[in-house]
Amino acid sequence: MCLKIYLKFFFILLICWALLVWPFQDSPGIIEKWLLGILVCAFISYLELRNVSKNSLHFPLSPLRLYWFIRFIIKFAYLMVIANLDVAYRVMHPDLPINPGIVMVKTELKHPLGRLMLANAITLTPGTLVVEMTDDGYLFIHWINVISKEENIIKKTIVLPFEIYLKKAFD
Amino acid sequence: MNSIISMIFLFIGVLFIVLGCIGLVRLPDVYNRLQAATKCVTLGICGMLIAVMVEKGFSPMSGKALLCMIFILITSPTSAHAMARGAYRSKVRLCKNSVCDYYEFGRPEEAEKQPLECECKNDKS
Repeated sequence: MCLKIYLKFFFILLICWALLVWPFQDSPGIIEKWLLGILVCAFISYLELRNVSKNSLHFPLSPLRLYWFIRFIIKFAYLMVIANLDVAYRVMHPDLPINPGIVMVKTELKHPLGRLMLANAITLTPGTLVVEMTDDGYLFIHWINVISKEENIIKKTIVLPFEIYLKKAFD
Repeated sequence: MNSIISMIFLFIGVLFIVLGCIGLVRLPDVYNRLQAATKCVTLGICGMLIAVMVEKGFSPMSGKALLCMIFILITSPTSAHAMARGAYRSKVRLCKNSVCDYYEFGRPEEAEKQPLECECKNDKS
């Protein structure tokens, strides 16, 4: 299993390296570049394997999970454009219509990677910014326009649009 | 045709970056400013990189642009989260017209509630 995680990490890094040295033909020193890349990727993934906890990178891959992850990306892209228009409206409005505060909400996601995706998605969507995430799944979110302090409504507005997809993709 | 579409994306990107900078000046406290900076600048840079990808087509440069885009989408919210958390830990208060602060209740070891100090420079109310 250790080797599997190592190889997964190695190939992800190698794909990034391949994108960086893309012009494969008629470029000088391509063999040296690839040798250097493979060496560095092997070394970095060895270091990461020692530091990162073993089960944080272990996720099962399947087409169904990939489908839900793509659905999540589409939803995220849509909400990100909405978020930017929302912030633009608030910034350009002469009265600066903000109503900020920090609210608390609980998430049911268990997988570290899923939680990372959730926190990043919440930060990039309308008027919300994750200030802290505790180990037992509580999120403290700075909200630019607090419409309610009840946890149900907060959860339905902020967390649930992503959680339903991420739950199917990672848990 | 490609060049026109790429110009449109470039314009959208620059427009959002300008709006983010205006937000950075106008909004009252650290947390609101971080919101404007993170969202608008991320979409702005993504727009500019998409413009590069449209202009260059399927080529080495658009591969690098794609790599940059993924990198920015992962790191930009993470750094904003780290900055907000660091600001809160070093006792930067929310601005005066904030309505609630559950983070203080969430940490019982720091129960003594300090009064909200105003850090607003252009507070209209």
